[in-house]
Amino acid sequence: MTRVKTKRHPGLDPGSMNTACSGKNARRRCSWVPTFVGMTLALLATPVRGQTIAITGGRVVIGDGSEPIDNGIVVIRDGRVVAAGAGAAVPAGATIVDARGKWVTAGVVAGFSQIGLLEVDAVDATNDTRAATSPFSAAIDVAPAINPLATSIAVSRAAGVTRAVVSPSTARSIFAGQGAVIDLGGDMQPITRARAFQYIELGEEGAADAGGSRASAHVLLRNALREARDLRLPVGVRGQARAPAAAPPKDLAENPYILSGAQRSDDVLLTRFDAAALVPVLQGRQLLLVHVERASDILQVLALKREFANLRIVLVGATEGWRVAAEIAAAGVPVIANALVDLPASFEQLAATQSNVGRMHAAGINVAIGMINDDEARQVRLSTQYAGNLVGIGRVPGHTGLTWTQAFAAISSAPAEALGMGGEIGSLRPGRRGDVVIWDGDPLELATGVDAVWIDGVRQSLENRQTRLRERYRQPQEGALPHAYDPR
Amino acid sequence: MRGRLAAVAAAALLFGCANQAAERPARGAAIPAAPRYVPPADPYPSTYHAYPGVPTAITGATLFDGEGGRTENGTIVMAEGRILAVGGPDTPIPEGAARIDGRGRWVTPGVIDVHSHLGDYPSPGVEAHSDGNEITSPVRPEVWAEHSVWPQDPGFSRALANGGITTLQVLPGSANLFGGRGVTLRNVPGRTVQAMRFPGAPRGLKLACGENPKRVYGGRNQMPQTRMGNVALMRQTWQRAVEYRERRAREPNTARDLALDTLVEAMAGTVLVHNHCYRADEMAIMLDMAREFGFRIAAFHHAVEAYKIGDLLRTNETCAAMWADWWGFKMEAYDAVNENIPLVHNAGACAIVHSDDANGIQRLNQEAAKALADGRRMGINIADEVAWRWLAINPATALGIADQTGSLRAGKRADVVLWNGNPLSVYTRPQQVWIDGALMYDMNDPNRRPVSDFELGQPGEGDVK
Repeated sequence: MTRVKTKRHPGLDPGSMNTACSGKNARRRCSWVPTFVGMTLALLATPVRGQTIAITGGRVVIGDGSEPIDNGIVVIRDGRVVAAGAGAAVPAGATIVDARGKWVTAGVVAGFSQIGLLEVDAVDATNDTRAATSPFSAAIDVAPAINPLATSIAVSRAAGVTRAVVSPSTARSIFAGQGAVIDLGGDMQPITRARAFQYIELGEEGAADAGGSRASAHVLLRNALREARDLRLPVGVRGQARAPAAAPPKDLAENPYILSGAQRSDDVLLTRFDAAALVPVLQGRQLLLVHVERASDILQVLALKREFANLRIVLVGATEGWRVAAEIAAAGVPVIANALVDLPASFEQLAATQSNVGRMHAAGINVAIGMINDDEARQVRLSTQYAGNLVGIGRVPGHTGLTWTQAFAAISSAPAEALGMGGEIGSLRPGRRGDVVIWDGDPLELATGVDAVWIDGVRQSLENRQTRLRERYRQPQEGALPHAYDPR
Repeated sequence: MRGRLAAVAAAALLFGCANQAAERPARGAAIPAAPRYVPPADPYPSTYHAYPGVPTAITGATLFDGEGGRTENGTIVMAEGRILAVGGPDTPIPEGAARIDGRGRWVTPGVIDVHSHLGDYPSPGVEAHSDGNEITSPVRPEVWAEHSVWPQDPGFSRALANGGITTLQVLPGSANLFGGRGVTLRNVPGRTVQAMRFPGAPRGLKLACGENPKRVYGGRNQMPQTRMGNVALMRQTWQRAVEYRERRAREPNTARDLALDTLVEAMAGTVLVHNHCYRADEMAIMLDMAREFGFRIAAFHHAVEAYKIGDLLRTNETCAAMWADWWGFKMEAYDAVNENIPLVHNAGACAIVHSDDANGIQRLNQEAAKALADGRRMGINIADEVAWRWLAINPATALGIADQTGSLRAGKRADVVLWNGNPLSVYTRPQQVWIDGALMYDMNDPNRRPVSDFELGQPGEGDVK
């Protein structure tokens, strides 16, 4: 690690804002992509219609906190889970995968990450995590910047991670912008849900972003929500403003508040795009992920719900959450927390302990494991190790850990539910996307490897740069020709 | 203590008198010759002492001896701060020794981290604590990490309780080509860094290749701006050290240069060279440079591409201190493979697991376990007890303390961890940790859990961490 102190998120060259063609609508937006390429990609990404896969004989982990089921069967059809458990029948014509002696689980969901937003952290041109000199904040949407071919996606997939919550970082505002939920499949359509949430900073980082104090950050937040509330729709489109509850805008263009006819007061700080982006947050149609660590900061965030009744808040970080666990539980707010933070790394994390997740869980909070300021762009594969550690501390007197099933749920269904997507991903319950991993042992154990991965019912390659380098250098000495000529 | 203070006061008095005399020489009188200044051999000596322990025997445990050996149903006896005996169930246990039932548990030598910044980049990580890089010149071999170490860093206790760390080297950072001297510590709380210093352990010299020095100084339009600039400035500096050494040999009154003193000691082998270096090609250049100027590189640190040159590391008898799977944060860390550690081991070279991190140091056993499993999946079958060398005798060798610690051998310091299960499992934690035979951590006893001054009166004081 570099011990030269640099900001964790190196500044982004404004010229490198990634507008590459990616995402669900890549073909529509990128007319230069030859049609046949588009078709090939679509074939790769889409499960074969009518295909049924039955994974049999393994120890099945649904991922919802239920106990593992020995000799279980998982059935996937058309990219979705049809059945999973002891009693599931193998449909006629299904492709059978023998998983005897293996563990079969829901794919791991990285509860907080920046995966796909960079290739090499310190190479600014590849780093789309934050926009240091952008005129925009809340309006920023990571979806078009996700690179499904980022090395870290293939590396994480090979470790059993199938979905990830992807957030931008803040730069010159407490608002980082809108994050997405993605899949880690080897195709060109990574986005599961674009604009799934708005991410903001209200602790030490928020204070710095807001000009130097937490008090300023809170004023900026209230002002921004006021500007969103005061946006008036142009005449003629007002009837369209009622979108179904709990659904984020599907497309920027579907947010009528950015139309140029919308009226605004002169007393504004935000750009029209930024203010419009906060309308769904204010209405409760888009989640608000708030990063705070200190106990008192957490209470201030919970208090926002009294002021802005429709906010749907998820706490991120919450290192001192155990100190105010009863209040978080009473507010019904989920938490995405680091698993193993136990150092007073800053003055907002003085009470850090590895029991934080366990204590919050015991208080009745839905706690998911995420990676906050912890190699979140490259190392989400550590999720299983982190979850395993929370089981391990349960054997140390005074610690509160998680049971094995709770720990696995903290990296599968819990993050999905925190994001309001428990009906779609994070478990092997019927109807969920066909994200399945076969492991050669206990998935939380250090010696365990991944045998196979399906995402949306599509079998995935487990190869990546790292496995290729490994094979090339099995023997460091060169043969008759240099390694660059090794057979491929 | 009183005696020492009195001696210091007396010395100050003498020094004051000498100054007075120098300021007011009698006209025409010869200035009396001051006694020639002879620097002490170790001006910042260790004041560490072993804490009290009781004769203790652990029976029925699986022992990894740290050198590659394994004993099932093993017994280890500690007394007087040393390992008295290691063996099977018939190992004699002295009368009156405390007995600990180790059935279902593992015993290993204390874990040694060759690369830490505890104390010089302590928690909380505020600017006022940023004491690891003297970024005022790329050549700063005169600074010593021990003069930055804050003994109250809460990280030391986490490394002990969660990682079973008994010995660690604290190094300067890697902003400079010559970062300064590292210090090897016993992982015990102390009021002073001297009270933590491993008695007799050689100091280290931190060198850095690659991106960091050229980025830091190149950004200031100053040498080095390139990798060739890195090498040129390093060579120029070693050449100065060679000439300084020769001049000092010829002319003992040559003015002392604290920077070059460090390099001269490195060439003499009394200071051990620890070289931050990621890329295979750069490590190969550093090995040539070591031959050019007659120093030895004890270990490359980080060494993300060590797997590409395992054969070179073997023939040069240079260790590689590595992570299991940290990668990609900068270009020189881009070619990481999960099998780096087992590949280096398999090439017959000395492999070490290191942390460079206040969190990673709490889980070096887990890093070893991941690397071991990844190696096995590619067909490199290393036994658990052999892999434990990466955490024990190998780092001890790189630090020049293998005669003192790093394995469970009779006569060595009783640096011992009793784990509550297989230490290569994610579910295992240290149950008890002894340093020089003194019980410094006990998971069942909140009073054997160190709390630093910084943590007193703060939320979470004394909590499990």
